[in-house]
Amino acid sequence: MQTITRDQLLDKAVSLLADGTVTAVLGWSKGEFDYDVTPAVFKTEAELKENFVWNDFCGANFSKYLVAKMDRLEGKMLVFLKPCDTYSFNQLLTEHRFDREKVYAVGIPCEGMVDIAKVKAICGEGISSVDCGGDKLLVTTLYEEQPVEVATAEVLAERCVNCKSKKHVAYDELLGEEGEVIDSNRFDEVEKLEAMTPDERFAFWQNELSRCIRCNACRDACPACTCEKCVFDNPNSGVENKAPANSFEEKMFHIIRAYHVAGRCTDCGECSRVCPQNIPLHLLNRKFIKDMNEFYGEYQAGAEVGSRAPLVDYTTEDLEPGEVFDRRDTNA
Amino acid sequence: MRKCSLDSINSVFAEISKAASLYLPVDGTDGAATYTKWEEGLTWSNALNTVKSPKDFFFPQTEDLMEFKTSGKNIEVIDTRSEMEDFVVFGVRACDVKSFEVLDRVFIKEPVDSYYASKRQHGTIVAVACGRPAETCFCQTFGINPAEPAGDVSIWKTETEVFFRANTEKGEALMSKLSGLTEECGEETVNAQKEKIAAIMNKLPLKDLTTDGFGGGKTKELFDAPEWDELSQACLGCGTCTFVCPTCQCYDIKDFNTGNGVIRYRCWDSCMYSEFTKMAHGNNRLTQKERFRQRFMHKLVYYPENNDGLFSCVGCGRCLSKCPISMNIVKVMKKIGGKASE
Repeated sequence: MQTITRDQLLDKAVSLLADGTVTAVLGWSKGEFDYDVTPAVFKTEAELKENFVWNDFCGANFSKYLVAKMDRLEGKMLVFLKPCDTYSFNQLLTEHRFDREKVYAVGIPCEGMVDIAKVKAICGEGISSVDCGGDKLLVTTLYEEQPVEVATAEVLAERCVNCKSKKHVAYDELLGEEGEVIDSNRFDEVEKLEAMTPDERFAFWQNELSRCIRCNACRDACPACTCEKCVFDNPNSGVENKAPANSFEEKMFHIIRAYHVAGRCTDCGECSRVCPQNIPLHLLNRKFIKDMNEFYGEYQAGAEVGSRAPLVDYTTEDLEPGEVFDRRDTNA
Repeated sequence: MRKCSLDSINSVFAEISKAASLYLPVDGTDGAATYTKWEEGLTWSNALNTVKSPKDFFFPQTEDLMEFKTSGKNIEVIDTRSEMEDFVVFGVRACDVKSFEVLDRVFIKEPVDSYYASKRQHGTIVAVACGRPAETCFCQTFGINPAEPAGDVSIWKTETEVFFRANTEKGEALMSKLSGLTEECGEETVNAQKEKIAAIMNKLPLKDLTTDGFGGGKTKELFDAPEWDELSQACLGCGTCTFVCPTCQCYDIKDFNTGNGVIRYRCWDSCMYSEFTKMAHGNNRLTQKERFRQRFMHKLVYYPENNDGLFSCVGCGRCLSKCPISMNIVKVMKKIGGKASE
């Protein structure tokens, strides 16, 4: 359960609207069920009171919406940012992708978001309600007389299990307690992949990426993917494709995308969250992050505005390309 | 009606596989079910449904149409199709069976799409009743009964047994191959299951969703509804909804340059994409709102207008569970349909 309540966020949004600090609020809107929350722009107190929600299912990272949503907005937009969202926020500012003056950022603590697919794996389909309370969820289904108790820790989204930071790196105002950067185990899965033989690793990605349906949800949700016209959508690029032409091509799409966002990816995990085929796409990005940390020293994209990513910042201390080659036997 | 024990279902699969390729939902390493070609050792998934719909069997995501080879001034046109063989798709849900009817009306209408038609001709559908519908199910909104799935053969699965009923000639032919593995039986168990399903359908959260306010002739009323702004505002413009949808049927035809010729293929397209139906003058839907509106107007107004009132949604609920921002046809229908019927 979240330590900060829906009412606290609602009060903040209502008062900022009322005193004219902001003219719109980017928040989460309730759905048909307890878990299908949709990002929405609220403009009135009445709209907020009716539809605004904050619960364990508010995973969507709002930072990218700031690129598109404020063009014609008069006044400022209030945006609620969880700690991991603030890294994307800074990274987008570094890339001059939205106007900081038009945003009023409120940092909010996050105890981790729940993956409804994991809940369904335990309770089955047919969920009629999910009550988030304490460190467990109370799940009512159409098929059980009694609600089923599920430990929240068991159904956290993968990215939250490996949360990298409870600290907000950007905000105008912070609600609740500030947290710390966490010494997470997020590279454990990458190490497992590195420990595989090349054939095993190829088989792993073959299995995962063969499920890709090229819906582009990973790209479209990714805060690092903000090209106005993606090369893969441009018929004149020669590589535009609406569907994987063959199994090689679909792998290339993801590998090219991972290269493109290398050094800019904050590891927010949206790619894997939105993938309808449950492909662990974040592992590609995490491998790059791990490598860059090892090659060039620790670097966290979005930790501050204006920092230069290792790949675009030459120093005489940079390792020689040959050193990377030499590592191939010890650390693939 | 005939039946076999659930324990012996693998011998049924083995028997079907002797004469035709058999595809059925199998759990993958990610825990989700995918239609997979059956072979010894694979288990029929207990999942309610697959992430991708079975429309791939008849309308694959990518499909070569023909090939052109050039040499000097000659262009050779090559039919790349191979002889289609019989296949069986097993374990299709009632909603997805209905989706074939929606697709048929598009592809098997003059001029007949022979690529699609040939696959339909060679495919046998074994449909299974839904013992445990999900909260995201709303097939009954479109008049579909998950206890009575259509298809060439209908089956009902209990804890211990599988019941079969052939509905068509193709279904009879399939069942005749299984005569040694199945036995004649009464309908009591199946009827009991049907009653149970009916009781569950009555409890589903979306049971009251109606198509009131939609259908042919509603274009003027709905096209400029102010609600489209709000509904589409969070849409990422990805193609998830269209690619997991069993009834989305739009495709693009493209040429792949092979160096000494061209492979002409078609692939699914998505009205959510910026390049959808791009023409010489440019794009006719410039904003995501227009693209978003197109998808729902097509399913709820344009398609029924051209197809005797049949909606091109079957209530399978895939878009409800897969949309990255949880916007979907149910939310659209409640927001806009409710208003139109006021």
